[in-house]
Amino acid sequence: MTTPAPSEKPGGGVPAQAPPVGATSGAPAEYPPASTAGRGMFGIQGSGDTSGFGGLVRPRREVEGSPRPYGGYFDEVTDALEEAYPAFADAVEKVVVDRGELTIHVRPERIAEVCQVMRDDLSLRFELCSSVSGADYLGADQRRLHVVYHLTSMTYRHRVRLEAAVSVEDPHLPSVTAIYPTADWQEREAYDMFGVVFDGHPALTRILMPDDWEGHPQRKDYPLGGVPVEYKGAEIPPPDRRRSYQ
Amino acid sequence: MTTPNYATERETTEGRVFTVTGGDWDTVVSGTDPINDERIVVNMGPQHPSTHGVLRLILELEGETVREARSVIGYLHTGIEKNLEYRNWVQGTTFVTRMDYLSPIFNETAYSLAVEKLLGITDEITERANTIRVLMMELNRISSHLVWLATTGMELGAISIMLYGFREREYILDIFEMITGLRMNMAYVRPGGVAQDVPDEAIVKIREFLKMMPKRLKEYEDLLSGQPIWIERTKNVAVLDVTGCVALGVTGPVLRSAGLAWDLRKTMPYCGYETYEFDVPTHPDGDVWGRYLVRLAEIRESLKLVEQALDRLKPGPVMVADRKIAWPAQLAIGVDGMGNSLEHVAKIMGQSMESLIHHFKLVTEGFRVPPGQVYVAVESPRGELGVHAVSDGGTRPYRVHYREPSFVNLQAIPAMAEGGLIADVIAGGASLDPVMGGCDR
Repeated sequence: MTTPAPSEKPGGGVPAQAPPVGATSGAPAEYPPASTAGRGMFGIQGSGDTSGFGGLVRPRREVEGSPRPYGGYFDEVTDALEEAYPAFADAVEKVVVDRGELTIHVRPERIAEVCQVMRDDLSLRFELCSSVSGADYLGADQRRLHVVYHLTSMTYRHRVRLEAAVSVEDPHLPSVTAIYPTADWQEREAYDMFGVVFDGHPALTRILMPDDWEGHPQRKDYPLGGVPVEYKGAEIPPPDRRRSYQ
Repeated sequence: MTTPNYATERETTEGRVFTVTGGDWDTVVSGTDPINDERIVVNMGPQHPSTHGVLRLILELEGETVREARSVIGYLHTGIEKNLEYRNWVQGTTFVTRMDYLSPIFNETAYSLAVEKLLGITDEITERANTIRVLMMELNRISSHLVWLATTGMELGAISIMLYGFREREYILDIFEMITGLRMNMAYVRPGGVAQDVPDEAIVKIREFLKMMPKRLKEYEDLLSGQPIWIERTKNVAVLDVTGCVALGVTGPVLRSAGLAWDLRKTMPYCGYETYEFDVPTHPDGDVWGRYLVRLAEIRESLKLVEQALDRLKPGPVMVADRKIAWPAQLAIGVDGMGNSLEHVAKIMGQSMESLIHHFKLVTEGFRVPPGQVYVAVESPRGELGVHAVSDGGTRPYRVHYREPSFVNLQAIPAMAEGGLIADVIAGGASLDPVMGGCDR
């Protein structure tokens, strides 16, 4: 059939024979809500919408830098970093203070230098790299893969978050394993899950997924997958194929 | 080499490979030529009784000395973090509780604290809810340390302590069952508070436990602390100093056993820990013996905390007042487990249309969380358990990452094992207390 069914045209209504929207691929739950840039309501996409909510678009705002003063120890930390690191203005994209947490967005190629200063400067002393993880901001950021570093200063009892964004086409940034050996496995996990390549890592291989796995599972365009399960005589579809409301 | 059932050999590009499923070590190694092959590579795990679950260790041995050690993980990877992105914020608790299955309450609390911080309701958590969280976390810490003591004892050849450790742990799991309805994976701590109040019988049982436990701890010490084999196997074994710990990101009892009193309950308090009186036990040596002493001392401190929490448990709500966040707490334990309370069902079905609409919206969609990201860390029995949670303003988590202490601490195995004896790999690995469910997530 070459002509599209009425239900596939925008505003076409729902004829009786229309294939159930949401039962096949393209199901609302196939992608987590915001990956389609906050479109629609009640999980409605494309046809099947008689309410008009399908045309609703929730704009996603860029994360904006915070104005000074940041409050708390955040000013101290940024001032100390600015003083100790000559290339501060070039390396730091923006500083965000939200919910009592300090996030410094760093240009990816500078991340190792910044970490070195954060660890070694006497007024910063972020000795412990608590966590390295990734997040995929598909549809919200051109450089969608963000690597997030949580540093802890045991001396001053401070925490700071460094965030570096890379694109899928060029997912390279320097490894911080030489500065924080604990980043070794955590960078491997970020590589495994998001495909971020940490240049200079001693052995950047997969860690949680099998060695021959294809794709990077935590990316937002990677489906959850699953198989239908029979339960009490009924077939329950896998989670990303179920009808869902959002 | 004669019985093919025990050890078969085959030639590969890397050399001769033996698959050992049992039998005598001498017979196995007699298959190698000691003049040409000074080093053999032993693949221990992923199913080996003394590697604490599905941890695989690749050891390069020279005689009995470990020259190189590498750990391989991922055998228990279940994609919990990915799954969370497809459920609503409350359902997340049910997933994260299954990560580190020996300390479910910590996983839940860390997650709930993160969601609460995202919602901006951290200060609205009721006093009773916070006290119950502390109470449950400290009971859970005791049960987790008991499993550590039990399994480590077993791995080092002290079978009796295994039985005793699990016996007392079972007592705590009974308490958990009384309070939450489940022994493990309770999904009890929810964003906004806890799922339901602590029944009076449970408090009686905890009081009994508090009376019983110090005596039992004394028994453990009588059993192990003076025992020459235990001392030989633990003292000066798998030493890791403070510098090594911090560089490798090792936290928790292992860091404290090296002498640094870094405990998030003291240094970056949450859930009102700053109002409790307790000490942070440390040990100067950084060996397995020190970790044993620190963990035993931590059980004692946890008992103190449980007692204080019980004393300040005053009647009051256990959930925030916001009904949207609190919805899943309208539960009750029925004959077949926990479910919607009958009273609630009767109300929405029979009396209030509005309630029914709200119920439907909350069950199908869940509540929305304002966009942003937070990092919240709690002191789990294994160290810093951090949650990095990102919200995009929707009804589901956009990204939740667990900074799992088991995952991070396991990186220390080469540093502890290389240059030591193969038997000490077991002691060193066990002293890290890795839980593979948490490590692989």
